[in-house]
Amino acid sequence: MPLLEYDALGVTLPGTARPILDGIDLHVGAGEVVALVGESGSGKSVTARAALGLFPAGADITGQVRVAGTGLVGADAASLRDVRTNRAAMIYQDPRAALNPVRRVGDFLTEPLRLAHGWSRNRAAARAAELLAAVGLPDPGRHLNQYPHELSGGMLQRVVIAAALTTEPRLLLCDEPTTALDVSTQAEILAVLGRLQRERGLGLLLITHDIELAAAVSDRIHVMYAGRIVEAAPVADLFAAPRHPYTAGLLGSSPPLHGPLARLTPIPGAPMGLLESAPGCAFAPRCHFAEPGRCDQSPPPPERHGPAEVACHRTAELTAPAANAPAPAAFHASGKEDS
Amino acid sequence: MTTDPTPALLQVSGLRKTYRTGGAEVVAVDDLSFTLRPGAALGIVGESGSGKTTTARMLIGLERPDAGRILVQGEPLADFVRGRAARLARAKAVQIVFQDPYLSLDARMGIGATIDGALRLHGLRDPAARAARVRELLAQVGLGDREAAALPRHLSGGQRQRAAIARALAVEPAVLVLDEAVSALDVSVQAQVLNLLSDIRRDTGIGLVFVSHDLAVVRYVCDEALVLYRGRTLEHRPVAELLAAPRDPYTRLLLASVPRPGWDPDSISSRRRSLDPKGLPA
Repeated sequence: MPLLEYDALGVTLPGTARPILDGIDLHVGAGEVVALVGESGSGKSVTARAALGLFPAGADITGQVRVAGTGLVGADAASLRDVRTNRAAMIYQDPRAALNPVRRVGDFLTEPLRLAHGWSRNRAAARAAELLAAVGLPDPGRHLNQYPHELSGGMLQRVVIAAALTTEPRLLLCDEPTTALDVSTQAEILAVLGRLQRERGLGLLLITHDIELAAAVSDRIHVMYAGRIVEAAPVADLFAAPRHPYTAGLLGSSPPLHGPLARLTPIPGAPMGLLESAPGCAFAPRCHFAEPGRCDQSPPPPERHGPAEVACHRTAELTAPAANAPAPAAFHASGKEDS
Repeated sequence: MTTDPTPALLQVSGLRKTYRTGGAEVVAVDDLSFTLRPGAALGIVGESGSGKTTTARMLIGLERPDAGRILVQGEPLADFVRGRAARLARAKAVQIVFQDPYLSLDARMGIGATIDGALRLHGLRDPAARAARVRELLAQVGLGDREAAALPRHLSGGQRQRAAIARALAVEPAVLVLDEAVSALDVSVQAQVLNLLSDIRRDTGIGLVFVSHDLAVVRYVCDEALVLYRGRTLEHRPVAELLAAPRDPYTRLLLASVPRPGWDPDSISSRRRSLDPKGLPA
């Protein structure tokens, strides 16, 4: 049984033109790092929050999301509380927003143990100090008595990670955990997360806008666009041969740090808002390969292509070995320029 | 003074800025010097606390340096600006695009009107000529009449940032400072703005000062880069050399910190620890 399993999850808000999430299928097993990559408005954060049973107010929900077998859609308060306190923990982008600025770090860390598990103050404090050491903070005893403003962003994110581990959940949900941090701090936080994940066999869902970062730390990547997963593949396959034009477009949008420097081929236009909808593939209006009468008619269902699952009408032709150029080159050979 | 065939657009020498926080003095920028020639682009690379934003603010006159000089086309950037003429002159010397375009666009005005206002302020009297110039500027950044009429909040993030660039270009500044101007944009949209910046370099003689933490983006936009760490300049070299053979351990750390397949964040942690004099994790 996977730690986390999405089964055709759909979320629709009244008054919007398209669902926020549409047919999300995804699973995270123990010891696995799975990345969910997308741009703003793609629905990646809504997907992550659903794993704690948090849905937008007033939303119409279809499908199911299960944490360790417990279904969260339509769950009662007791099972939601059990999932949130014991089974899954979320690490958000901004650690400063996660901590109460007028309470000490120690209070933040010991509260779940004392309130939800009835531990004594001393026992909870000892456990909190142990966790602060585990996330690489140099002086746990002192940090317990400090206030959030006395710590740097990177140190605070370590405190948040320590807090996530207090009740020993098996599943960590990380929503842009390093986006607010400096690049070298980002590496440190990912080193801590990676070490804890390996040592404890945790399942980790990483939400990020940074496809390079996702590739660096995860086993599988799911690429989201306008509420749907458009491509899911093991990291090496996704990078070597992206099969969805959007994935190829994302890879062609970041300038390389080394090697030849060609003009970037941006994806024209902007991501689709919630008030817009398309009868066919949501990416078709921005896609160099969209075929009128086909791509704009019906949404493409996810299909298996080799190691990847891709939702694109044209994947088979675009990635066919008979084509003159390999897939990534074909994707980038388009003559169209950015709008 | 020797005669120079291409006089510097921007000449910064010995720039220093300190702040006082609760009795302690913090040196934000220490002895910063560089020269920017017409059409050149300089990347200022650093993490938080490096002094890169303080530098950007000094270049546009939002902060006053404690020491050092800023010359724009040979003229000192005025410390104090009094009166309309001096204010306009300084605006024409250096313009800035911030990370968040909401800071430079009026929320209650359509972006066409904002750009029109900048043109009028800088002496373009004829309304028809202004309207034509607004259209030209917006076309240069890939925006049309529909966007010209829109309020900033009705535009996407990338469109807003392009509008902020068009507003800055309207003044025809000698130097354009971009302070993390593409950091908040989605990658697909960031690529559009990066291409726009390289077009601006190609088509105008404007000098760019590109402040960023992202080495790959700096490589794409700039020909030289300067690495700042706690206010000090560690390296200032052509970008290609800097990336191929970084000299300073901190530059090497920054390069190693860029995520890529097969990346080893653990080794970066220990290298970072060995660089930090206080041995504290950030």
